Amino acid sequence: MLVLAGIVVIAGGFLLRFNPLLVIVASALVTGLAAGLDPLKVLATFGHAFNETRYVTAIYIVLPVIGLLERRGLQARARSLVAGLRGATTGRLLAGYLLFRQVTAALGLISVAGPAQTVRPLVAPMAEAAAERQGAGPDDAERVKAMAAATDTVGLFFGEDIFLAVGSILLMKGVLEGYGIILEPYQLSIWAIPTAIAAFVIHGMRLMLLDRRLARGATPR
Amino acid sequence: MIGLNVVYAAAAVTFAIFAILSARERRWANTLFYALIALSFAAGDRLGDVANGVLVLALVGIAASGRMRRGEAAAPAEDRHGARVFIPALVIPAVALAGTLIFKRMPDVVDPKQATLVALTLGVVIALLLCAAMLRARPVEPFAAGRGLIDDIGWVAVMPQMLASLGAVFALAGVGQVVGSLIGQVIPAGSILGAVLAYALGMALFTIVMGNAFAAFPVMASAVGVPLLIKGAGADAAMVAAIGMLAGFCGTLMTPMAANFNLLPAVLLDLKDKYAVIRAQVPTALPLLAFNIALLYAMIA
Repeated sequence: MLVLAGIVVIAGGFLLRFNPLLVIVASALVTGLAAGLDPLKVLATFGHAFNETRYVTAIYIVLPVIGLLERRGLQARARSLVAGLRGATTGRLLAGYLLFRQVTAALGLISVAGPAQTVRPLVAPMAEAAAERQGAGPDDAERVKAMAAATDTVGLFFGEDIFLAVGSILLMKGVLEGYGIILEPYQLSIWAIPTAIAAFVIHGMRLMLLDRRLARGATPR
Repeated sequence: MIGLNVVYAAAAVTFAIFAILSARERRWANTLFYALIALSFAAGDRLGDVANGVLVLALVGIAASGRMRRGEAAAPAEDRHGARVFIPALVIPAVALAGTLIFKRMPDVVDPKQATLVALTLGVVIALLLCAAMLRARPVEPFAAGRGLIDDIGWVAVMPQMLASLGAVFALAGVGQVVGSLIGQVIPAGSILGAVLAYALGMALFTIVMGNAFAAFPVMASAVGVPLLIKGAGADAAMVAAIGMLAGFCGTLMTPMAANFNLLPAVLLDLKDKYAVIRAQVPTALPLLAFNIALLYAMIA
């Protein structure tokens, strides 16, 4: 029971708005001490895991290209492209991106898109431009941008499990083997399809509702 | 073999240049922070576990000191290239896509598990060359612009990696088993609906706490999934595992612990509310979680 103290530290630290990195380290230390681990062992475990997960941070190699293109007018171009498209609404645009993200993730192409690669330079400015054309006010910009990021994540999560060789499929296969249950990856990935469809329907409906809300905002209140 | 070593070398060079550019402007906290990340990418495997831990403490110390500064607002973009500016932006995903498919057929040359990351790195290099050739960018220009972006992201940049490392400490301390046994205790005996609810909600809840469903799955499988649903109710093992994992993903959509998916985009998009992306995801995550519970129950009962 005592090891749950680390979870309390995390939740409390986030709520009280301490620096999150400090909260994470404090939680690791408290958890380790509660489990009777030597602090040096906790430090070594943390350091080892940090080194093993560097690939998470490697994505920032795209920043120089994205930064340069932004200074050369990338976002402005993305906006004017959408402004010239008839019938392009925020909702339809994001629904199209959702489908693209789900299908490419299902093919195993997970790092092809993402917040740094596609959402910031292309998808968010396009969605914003469409929203402005629908008559959205400045207050709506924040909501539209957040929805663009949310759409990227939903598409990734509920597409990638259809791919056979993704980490989560291999993890499930490995864990179940420990119980003497032998499965082929395709048996697991087939069961990701119903939820993928449900995710597209649910999130797609919310995108259509967003369109209606943006249109309503355009009429004088 | 080409694999993460190439990706990490590229990241080390990128962060080293960020550090040098920061030093030229006497932004010392930023300089040190990026230099340490560059060191981690360049020599992390040779440092040893304790030294890597000390490196983490140094990063945290710099972040908590509050001395890291944000980027200066850049001059408004000049639109002098027209649609050509899209080409380097689209080259990165295009090369990542084509490279993944090609590299997977060359397992002797490229590590197939890292094919996409290697291809992405190649795409970045090609895009940088195109920036120089087509847009007449001086070599330092992309990195100066990139430094502006990383300055805006700040120490949040390493938060996903930090949370993943916390997960490793949680695993070592046995946090999972404790939570799993607590959830196991609340299920009424013989109730399939109770077991389904405990399993799916447990996956989501545990994922919210840990920040990723991978940590939750082994625990919930051992506490509820295998003993009660697969062995007890005779449910299809693949179905129970797959839907349980997806219920966990619904939890990932709702937690600040999954910083790379939920907090980082808010910083990248310069949103005022750092939880705005989570707020945008919850109304999708909850109905989808309900769908997964209903599907699981319908397939068993």
